[in-house]
Amino acid sequence: MMIEVNNLSKEYNGVRVLNLESLSIPKGQAFGLVGNNGAGKTTLFSSLLDLIQPTTGYIKNGGYEVHKSEAWKKHTASFIDESFLIGYLTPEEYFYFIGDLRGESKADVDALLAGFEDFFNDEIIGKSKYLRDLSKGNQKKVGIVATLIGHPEVIVLDEPFANLDPTTQIRLKGIIKGLVEDKDVTVLVSSHDLQHVTEVCERIVVLEKGELVKDIMTSPETLKELEDFFSGEESM
Amino acid sequence: MIKQFLKLEWKAFFRSPTFQVNLFLKILMGLGVLYMVFVFAAMGIGVYFGLTEMEMEPLETVNKYIIYYLAFDLVLRYFIQKMPIINIKPFLLLPLKKSRIVNVALGKTAGYYFNWLPAFFLIPFSIILVMNGYELTGVLAWHIGIMALIYINNFINIFLNNVTVVVLFIAALFAISGGLHYKGYFDITNYTKPFFHGMYASPWMAIIPVLILCSVAYSAFLYFKKRIFLDSGLSEKIDIATTDNMAWLDRFGKLSTFLKNDIKLLMRNKRSKKTVFISVLFLFYGLLFFTGAVKTYDGVFWRMFAAIFVTGGFLFSFGQFVPSWDSSYYPLMMTQNISYKEYLKSKWLLMVLATMVSTILCIPYLYFGWEVLAAIVAGSIFNMGINTHLVLLGGAFIKTPIDLTSGKKAFGDKNSFNLKVLLISLPKMFGPMALYAIGHYTWGPVWGFVLVAIVGCVGFAFRDIVFNMIIKIYKKEKYKTLQAYKQAN
Repeated sequence: MMIEVNNLSKEYNGVRVLNLESLSIPKGQAFGLVGNNGAGKTTLFSSLLDLIQPTTGYIKNGGYEVHKSEAWKKHTASFIDESFLIGYLTPEEYFYFIGDLRGESKADVDALLAGFEDFFNDEIIGKSKYLRDLSKGNQKKVGIVATLIGHPEVIVLDEPFANLDPTTQIRLKGIIKGLVEDKDVTVLVSSHDLQHVTEVCERIVVLEKGELVKDIMTSPETLKELEDFFSGEESM
Repeated sequence: MIKQFLKLEWKAFFRSPTFQVNLFLKILMGLGVLYMVFVFAAMGIGVYFGLTEMEMEPLETVNKYIIYYLAFDLVLRYFIQKMPIINIKPFLLLPLKKSRIVNVALGKTAGYYFNWLPAFFLIPFSIILVMNGYELTGVLAWHIGIMALIYINNFINIFLNNVTVVVLFIAALFAISGGLHYKGYFDITNYTKPFFHGMYASPWMAIIPVLILCSVAYSAFLYFKKRIFLDSGLSEKIDIATTDNMAWLDRFGKLSTFLKNDIKLLMRNKRSKKTVFISVLFLFYGLLFFTGAVKTYDGVFWRMFAAIFVTGGFLFSFGQFVPSWDSSYYPLMMTQNISYKEYLKSKWLLMVLATMVSTILCIPYLYFGWEVLAAIVAGSIFNMGINTHLVLLGGAFIKTPIDLTSGKKAFGDKNSFNLKVLLISLPKMFGPMALYAIGHYTWGPVWGFVLVAIVGCVGFAFRDIVFNMIIKIYKKEKYKTLQAYKQAN
C-alpha cells in the first residue's frame, strides 16, 4: 500500500470536519476524491501533506507516518493552491528551483519541459513574466507540471481541472492517464467535475461532511451513479 | 453613493483581519495628525510675533520660504498620499455615471490631511495680519492663493503617480537650490517671492493660482475618467521579468539554490526593496554619533552602539523576518524535501555578506578617527558572529505573514513585537556596549574593541548549535506558523 489512512479525524472548535476510519490506496492507482464544498477533500489532502495536524489517527505515505518522519517528502509532489508557487520567479526559474530541491539538473528539467510544449500553449516559457502576473489558469499549469519534476511516486493535485480551458483540461487528462499507465506513480486528484474524475480515475471515493460515503471502482456506470447521488435521486 | 462608499470603507476597516493592528496604527496616525495640527496652529500664531521680534517683516519672510514648503509638500505627498482607486471597482458595474465615480474619488483626496493641515497655520496667521493693520483684501487674496497652490499640489500628485524620476528630480532641484541659498551663491526665493508677495500687494494676482487649480482639477477629472477601465487606470502594474541565472553564486554549492532565491526575493518585491533601502539609510546613522551632532551620544559606549547599527542595518531589518519572507509560499517549502539547515545557512550567509559590504562602505568613517573605524570593525565582527544568530532565533517566534507585493508596514509592525523577541534583542545592542565597557575600564580602550571582536569570533563556533535550536522551533511551531501565514493569503 502506498497510502494508508488510519482512524483519521479532524475537528475545528468541536466541529468534526473529517472522519475516516480507514482508507488504503495501492501503488500505481489513479485515485479520485469527489464531494461538495466542505466535504473534507482539502482537509484530507492537507493532512496527507502534513500541513495540518489531525485530531486523531495518522496517515502513512510509503510506509512513513507523515507526522513523524519527513522521508515521504522525497517521493511526494503536490499542488494544492497558489501558495505552492513563488510569485516573484519566472516559470522557468520556478521549475529549476523545484528541480534543484528534488535533485534534478537543469538539463533534466529542460528535457521534461520540452514534453509539455503543447500543454503550455506558448504562454508560459520565455514570456518575461513573473508567476504572480500570470492568469490563474496559467499559474495552475505551472504548478501541475512542477509536480512532475524529479520522478515522484505520489502526486497530489487539488482541483486540477478548475480554471483550466477545455483544451488544457483534455490534455491534462491525457497526462494523468499517462502517469498511471506503468503503475509506478500513484496519483490523487480531487475535483468537483464528475465527468473528468470518472474519466481519469480508476477508483473514486465520495466524501460527505467528512465521512466516506462511497468507494467505487470506476466502471461505465460510475458517472451515472455519481450524478444520481449528487442530485439526491439515489434511493438510500 | 457617497454614503455607500463610506459604508464600504467603514466595513473594510472594521472587518479587516488585521483590525487591531489597523486600529492601533490609525490611533497613532490620529495622534500624529493632532500633533501636527497643534504645531501648525502654534506656528500660525507664533510666527508673526517671533519674526517681528527678530525685526523681520512677517509676511515677506513667510513668502520668501513658502516655495520650499510647497516643494517639500509635493515630494512628501508623492511618497505618502495614494490615489484611492481600490474601492472603485465594485462601483463600475452599478448604475452610476462614471463622472460621478470619478468626482467622488477625486473629492476624497481633497479631504486628505495634507490639504487642510496648512489651514491651521494660514487662518490664525491671516487673522493676526489683519489685526495688525495689514489690508484685508490683500490678506484674503493671499490666503486664497496659497490654499489654491496647496490644492494644485494635490492634483499634480495624481498625475505623478508612478513617475518617481520626476519627483526625485524636483526633490534634488530643491535640495540643491536650498543648499546654494544657504551657502549664499544663488537665492531662488528672490525670483519666487515677488509672486507670493504680489498676491497680497495686488490681490488680482491670486486669480492665477485659482485658475490653474481649476484647470488642473478639470484635467485630473478627464484623465481619470478616460482611464477608469480595468486595463488602464485601475490595472496593477505588471513588471517585465528578467531572468538571471546568477551563475556566480554556484560556488556556494547546495546553498546556492536558496541564496539565488533570496536575492531574487530582495530585488523583485516592493516590500523587500524597501528593506534594502532602509538598510542603506542605516549606513548614515553613524553621523549622528560620530559628528557629535547629538550631545547625549557623546559617550564612548555609544560609539559601539552606533557601530552595531551602521554595519547591521540589513541584518536587523531582514533577519528579524526569517522565515516570514517566505510566508506566501510556506506550504510549498513545507512539502518539498528541503533541509532546514541549508535554508537557514543561506539566510545567514546573506546577512554575513551584507554586513561585510556595509563594513566596507563604512570605511570613510575613518575621517572621525581610528577609534571610530576600530569600533565599526569590532561591531561588524560581533554582528556576524553573534547577532546573525540572535536575529534568526528571534525571527523564529514571529508569525506575521509578509505581503511581498505591498510596500506598506515596512517600518515595523505591531505584531512582530513580543516579549520573547524583545528579550532576544537586548543583547544584540547592549552586549557589545557592555563588553566594550569591561575592556575599556580594565585594560584600556583598545582592549574594549578587542574584547568585542573576540566574543564575535567565538560566536561563529556556536552556529550549528543555534541552528539546531531554531530548527526545533520551526518544527514545533510548523502548524501554527502555516495557520498564521494563511491569514494573509
